[in-house]
Amino acid sequence: MSEPLLQAVNLECERDDRVLFRGLSFSILPGTLIRVEGPNGSGKTTLLRILAGLNDSYSGDLLWRGKNRHGFREEFLRNMLYLGHRPGIKPLLTPMENLRALMDGRRPVPDKILWQALEGTGLGGFQTVPCRNLSAGQQRRVALARLLIADEPLWILDEVFTAIDIQGVGALERLLVERVENGGAIVVTTHHDLRLPSMQRVTLGGGDGHGY
Amino acid sequence: MATEPVIGLRSPDLSVGTVTAMKAVFVRDLKTAFRQPQDLLNPLLFFVMVVTLFPLGVSPEVSFLQQAGSGILWVAALLSVLLSLDHLYRHDFDDGTLEQLVLQPQPLFLLVLAKSLAHWVLTGLPLVLLTPVLGIMVHMEGNSVVVLCLTLLIGTPVLSLIGSIGAALTLGLRSAGVLLSLLIIPLYIPVLIFGTGTVTAAAEGAPVEAQLALMGAFLVLALTLAPFASAAALRISLSNS
Repeated sequence: MSEPLLQAVNLECERDDRVLFRGLSFSILPGTLIRVEGPNGSGKTTLLRILAGLNDSYSGDLLWRGKNRHGFREEFLRNMLYLGHRPGIKPLLTPMENLRALMDGRRPVPDKILWQALEGTGLGGFQTVPCRNLSAGQQRRVALARLLIADEPLWILDEVFTAIDIQGVGALERLLVERVENGGAIVVTTHHDLRLPSMQRVTLGGGDGHGY
Repeated sequence: MATEPVIGLRSPDLSVGTVTAMKAVFVRDLKTAFRQPQDLLNPLLFFVMVVTLFPLGVSPEVSFLQQAGSGILWVAALLSVLLSLDHLYRHDFDDGTLEQLVLQPQPLFLLVLAKSLAHWVLTGLPLVLLTPVLGIMVHMEGNSVVVLCLTLLIGTPVLSLIGSIGAALTLGLRSAGVLLSLLIIPLYIPVLIFGTGTVTAAAEGAPVEAQLALMGAFLVLALTLAPFASAAALRISLSNS
């Protein structure tokens, strides 16, 4: 058994005087996909933001490779990729410029690879069109192009299938499966009916969340 | 696990250095701004309008303008920087690039510093470049114009840096404008007083080295402390969103 990348221990989060989850504990192991489930407003996005380190309003512990995450900010962020509701794409820039700006903060990637990644997400021919002229689905695809070239072992993906067409969803599912088989760890929320082998679930909602 | 993981942890050597990451943030901000020139021209136009309207509204007399010129220019510059502050993080917040910025492995305060510098290059620096023309327009003397430009050159980065704290703090609020001004104006007042004081002293022929050094101290203080405060404020704003 390999060591968990990230462990949630007794997580509790309250929002507007309402307990979203309490006593939530689970481990994110390499080579697993965890699907966070629950009805709208049950705190899926909040949980993912907490896991990613964007939200600090929780109690409980988050352990990065067995140690409290606070001391390992740089290492944690280097090894984690987060895609949120808002895709992080600037409408005024082209897909190439957007991807370049996002990757420049993480690791050096030659232009050719970025170009191919955009082709790989079905944006061939749109690489130099300003993103505001693209559809919502195409803009999401710009963000998804990151997944094709990402080497971070932990992915945290919020509503990743939103606005993507059927072929795109199929391709993305295959990417996730392949990723997990190669030892990547993935946490997703989605309303899409995702069925992958070796998928674990963390269910939120109804006051007491319990995961495994 | 049946198989040994193929995807391992990333080695630190593969990461991007802080300076490269800062440059990337800076370049992206500049690029985005030049694609939307009206946001860039707005504060500049405001600056020019205030300075041109003042003589029409109050008095076009040379003696009055000579005396009040530095004050008018400084106040106009200060307000036009204030006007542009709301955009500093707002667009990034709305499209999600701010989240990605906070999640970059480099120290956040340095990335914030890069953003503040980009803001200054886009707003403060053009104001400084316009100042000689407007200074002559309000009948200021050559020497005073030079000193005025110097004080603005030192002072406007301070305005951007302090303003960045306020912009970051009010990010999550819907009507941030008023609160932003209330938070920031008190912190701008010392810069304004010393800025105009230096020009007045220069006009009277007094030495201004001491005042300029003091303004330099403001700048150093803002450069070293404001990015930390902005970074912390950004974290809080994102945490509550």
